[in-house]
Amino acid sequence: MQDKEINFDCKVDFDGNLVTSKETKTSKKTPKKINDKKKKQNNKTAMLEWKKDGWKAVISLAPALLILLVFTFYPIVRTFIISFFPHYNYLDDSFGAFGVDSFTRVLSDPLFWRAMANTAIMVLVSVPLSIIIALLITVLLNSIKRLQGFFQVIFFLPYVTNGIAFGLVFATIFSPMDYGLINTLIHFFGGKSIAWTGTAETIPYWAGIFVITIYSIWNGLAFKILVFLSGLQGIDKQYYQAAQIDSTPKWRVFTKITVPLLSPMILYITITSLIGAFKSYSSIVALFGESMGNSQDRTFITAVGYIYRYFNDVTSGGSVTMLSRASAAALILFVFIMIITFVQMWANSKKVHY
Amino acid sequence: MAKVNEDLYFASDEQAKRYEAIRKIKLFFIYFALSIAALFTLVPFYWMLATSFKTLEEVQHVPATFFPVQPTIDNYMNVFNGSNSILIRYIGNTILVGVLTTILTVVTTILAAFAFSRLEFKGKDLIFSLLLATMMVPGEMMIMTNFTTVAQLNWLDSYQALIVPFGASVFYIFFLRQNFKQIPDELYYAAKVDGNSDFKYLFKVMIPIARPAIITVTILSMIGSWNAYIWPRTVSQGREMKLVTDGLMTLFQSDTGGETSHIMMAATTVVSLPLLIAFVCFKKYIMRGVARSGIKG
Repeated sequence: MQDKEINFDCKVDFDGNLVTSKETKTSKKTPKKINDKKKKQNNKTAMLEWKKDGWKAVISLAPALLILLVFTFYPIVRTFIISFFPHYNYLDDSFGAFGVDSFTRVLSDPLFWRAMANTAIMVLVSVPLSIIIALLITVLLNSIKRLQGFFQVIFFLPYVTNGIAFGLVFATIFSPMDYGLINTLIHFFGGKSIAWTGTAETIPYWAGIFVITIYSIWNGLAFKILVFLSGLQGIDKQYYQAAQIDSTPKWRVFTKITVPLLSPMILYITITSLIGAFKSYSSIVALFGESMGNSQDRTFITAVGYIYRYFNDVTSGGSVTMLSRASAAALILFVFIMIITFVQMWANSKKVHY
Repeated sequence: MAKVNEDLYFASDEQAKRYEAIRKIKLFFIYFALSIAALFTLVPFYWMLATSFKTLEEVQHVPATFFPVQPTIDNYMNVFNGSNSILIRYIGNTILVGVLTTILTVVTTILAAFAFSRLEFKGKDLIFSLLLATMMVPGEMMIMTNFTTVAQLNWLDSYQALIVPFGASVFYIFFLRQNFKQIPDELYYAAKVDGNSDFKYLFKVMIPIARPAIITVTILSMIGSWNAYIWPRTVSQGREMKLVTDGLMTLFQSDTGGETSHIMMAATTVVSLPLLIAFVCFKKYIMRGVARSGIKG
């Protein structure tokens, strides 16, 4: 998706001649015996230029790289290592014996598989549903002129909301009490109150999943519509005019022109939504409390929720050796995300119609 | 021959009229469907506002009332100087942390993007691809070691812990580099011929040209700080140093039933309003940045 860049980074040498960096690179790599004086000169100035840029590069990269080294690169390596030392104690920084116990514990933990099952349901239900709804809204939005900007702004609003804050709003709308908005509607149609949210053990599984699905559709539409709309507006109008001349039915236009030409965006959105499903956390905490369901079962725990369940044990001082298990779970999540990303790259090169 | 607009011609007036009628009906259904979807989007906002103006009796009234019968601002008074007024401190903390994080991020991002787009140095491509590779790694990998790092630095419950780890972002560096790359090289030669240094060129030419992209980075970084939850909760365990999202959660999480949901909704309104105002003011910049990124919070 990124723009193609021109590789010829031009420079000016001291005589004011243009020197392309590609030229200097090849001349650096293959020191052919060329008696051309000018070429030699170019090579020399390029070397000078390179040295001159060296300290500038150090100065301008140092602040960012320093922070990234300490808070991004180092943690990745260290978390990886810690996950292989099941008795790692963060208080005195003692590693103990090497072993894969943390991984076997995670993989044999029923809670981990509950988290995976919940993630799978989100992937299978809310991801496709929200993509289809977003596509339909985008096509409708693209077919109008008046009020298009107005609708676009409304659909984008959920994006600029705070996950916890609107999780709490949804918890109020889907309050388990008789006076919740949704329960009031159910009463109106003659039904009984349903325990939608909260930490009670009586929440039906389907009800909790329903609230999570509605919330994630509500929250995710904004980004999807934005991406689809910019994709749609990039499609050449001639395809549609050709279809109109042949008086092709709208549905066929949608499935044969719009969807194939949007497929790069659809793939991109699918991947980001998949990763989003693995990483959903704060909204579910707002809906079902810190324990993501009642404190025994943690019914609505997610992949990331599983990591924090053990990590919180560490930060709250409950257990100092759980960091290894949390690290192992994080590493497993990373592997999942890597697989999804590679599938995306593969699909991007193979299946997607451009 | 009847004409509807410049492109369409019909054999008879009748046919043209029928076409117009069908078009109008179609348009009606399109607007109708879009309105339903917009309503679905707006209900949570409305319910938050409506509940925030209700009294306790009305919140617990069965059936729920759709409009506040006796609107009251007591809930907001409770947030601003009642038992939940510590939320104001949290908002202050968040603004301070957000502003400082953003300043730091913008400075490090501009410098790094400049190096990657304009300078030639050994290992440039290697460093850049290493940075890009980290974008694939979930933040959960970093948070654990970062917690121990911050604990060892004795930074727990401090502003540094909330600011420094977010002072540089690979995505923003990438985003700004793409923008810097689009600046025509001719400007650089012209500046060089006039005897300007690279850094002068950065401040006098690149930054002014890439201003919209820098504004996007600034706003997204502010929004990110405002919405941060997991990291602030991890490193600020004392009552005083919390940020707004974590504060909201600790003040109200015990309440899922609805004893205080009217106050809770007043608090969420107070927390959400700055974001919505920022969105209305900087719509263009936010939407452009988001379309490129796909990141949230």
